[in-house]
Amino acid sequence: MLKDVTLGQFFPGKSVIHRLDPRTKLLILVGYIVALFLAVSWLSYGVVFVFLAVSIAISGIPLKSFFKGMKPLMFILLFTGILNLFFTQGETVLVQIWTISITLEGVIRAFFMVFRILMLVTGTFLLTYTTSPIALTDGLEALLSPLKKIKLPVHELSMMMCIALRFIPTLVEETDKIMSAQKARGADFESGNLVQRVKALVPILVPLFISAFRRADELATAMECRCYQGGDGRTKMKLLRMHGCDYGSFLVAALLITAVCVLRGFGL
Amino acid sequence: MTPFIEVKNLTHKYSAGTPFEHTALDDVSFSLERGEFIGVIGHTGSGKSTLMQHLNGLLKPDSGEILLDGVDIWQDKKTTRQTRFRVGLVFQYPEYQLFEETVYKDIAFGPKNMGLKADEIDRRVKESAAAVGLSDEQLTVSPFDLSGGQKRRVAIAGVLAMEPELLILDEPTAGLDPAGREEILNYIDSYRKAKHATIMMVSHSMGDVARMADRLIVMNKSKIALMDTPAEVFRHADELVQMGLNIPVLTQVFMKLKQLGLPVEPVYTQAQAVKALTALKGGNADA
Repeated sequence: MLKDVTLGQFFPGKSVIHRLDPRTKLLILVGYIVALFLAVSWLSYGVVFVFLAVSIAISGIPLKSFFKGMKPLMFILLFTGILNLFFTQGETVLVQIWTISITLEGVIRAFFMVFRILMLVTGTFLLTYTTSPIALTDGLEALLSPLKKIKLPVHELSMMMCIALRFIPTLVEETDKIMSAQKARGADFESGNLVQRVKALVPILVPLFISAFRRADELATAMECRCYQGGDGRTKMKLLRMHGCDYGSFLVAALLITAVCVLRGFGL
Repeated sequence: MTPFIEVKNLTHKYSAGTPFEHTALDDVSFSLERGEFIGVIGHTGSGKSTLMQHLNGLLKPDSGEILLDGVDIWQDKKTTRQTRFRVGLVFQYPEYQLFEETVYKDIAFGPKNMGLKADEIDRRVKESAAAVGLSDEQLTVSPFDLSGGQKRRVAIAGVLAMEPELLILDEPTAGLDPAGREEILNYIDSYRKAKHATIMMVSHSMGDVARMADRLIVMNKSKIALMDTPAEVFRHADELVQMGLNIPVLTQVFMKLKQLGLPVEPVYTQAQAVKALTALKGGNADA
């Protein structure tokens, strides 16, 4: 059951999007998010949507995986939608129930907000689906490296992130195993009230934490054995290099932002 | 008479309906009697663990059924839950599942979930702790202060305390030293004798299963390849090697001796070996 977690899962592939430099993808994602928040009209939303749709099509990632990853967000989406639907002031009242009224403006606003979150998350998924965690942290480290000047431990941060990402599947598997083992001893996670259910988690969490610490210890020893001593003087096997397609992608992303800005300037 | 456990045409697929679909068990059928010691051998990924988890209702079969005393364990929710208590499952490296503050409390976790009375829980905890060679003083310490081998005993005691009629163990001796292994195996066998329980043990040590088990199940590619007495199973030495398995070292030695022209039949336990060799020397085996 826990194996269905798709958040941050990497789908290996050979598309242009897969081959882009992680730095390019990270920067374009930032640009994409900016464009998304600058968009105010149907037209500008449409432009951003087309950009996203084309990127997904090129990546060749099945749409199903995006929907699957979206499941945990259902509550937030619903909450945002309902809040905007009921609490937007407007002139064209569609339905009036007691003091609560649904206006046309509310419907449009709710639609835009939900759509914005959806597109935001889908864009982020596209990055994590097409970029291996190692490439991603490498890219992040490269982008943040100017901050080393102000003594920010950029390498350590990216190494931590890399390790964290690497261990998510391991811990999920471990949780599954521990759950099975405690179930075999008659533990019941599915019935009872809230307090009982929280209490039922103790037999899972304690072994999980202990094993996480044990793994951390072992990993630290293994890294030390391989003479890891932080980022200083460390060379990379795979150097990040920008290619033609990277510059091309930047151009497209720049066009996207410009288009949205221009549209906004016209009040569209 | 209905057998104690009957598995009929059990099939299980992981990630069914996705590109990652993988058949872990394919039309598996067998039955077990009370008091039997069954060894399960098979290559990694042959479906052993999946099979074990079906027997106590942790995994639901995609098709086929599992009958416990003639009753389908998936008949209703209550039966499934009851099955978890009647069929004890000790996972690989069970010491990583300990969580309580004291050894006593950890062993009591299972019986408590069964809803037993305090004095019955107390009896079972003490009995099963003694059955795996834990002293009374050790009951009050934190399980995390014990050595690896001791932790393993606590974890096994935790399952024994539920007094299962079928005890399934997944490589209970993995990673233990020879003395520790021998002890654990002896504890398991004494439990079987004391409670007339059925034991099912997965092991990669051919010597261990050959010595302990009445019958062996050989799993290969999601199916049962062989199910017979150790003597019969190890007769198929070539097939076993093809499945990535092996035969006990003793049997290998005797097969070689036979090849060299000595009048011996392949054996698989130490006792048999001694007997065969003394017979060869012309002496009396019992002497």
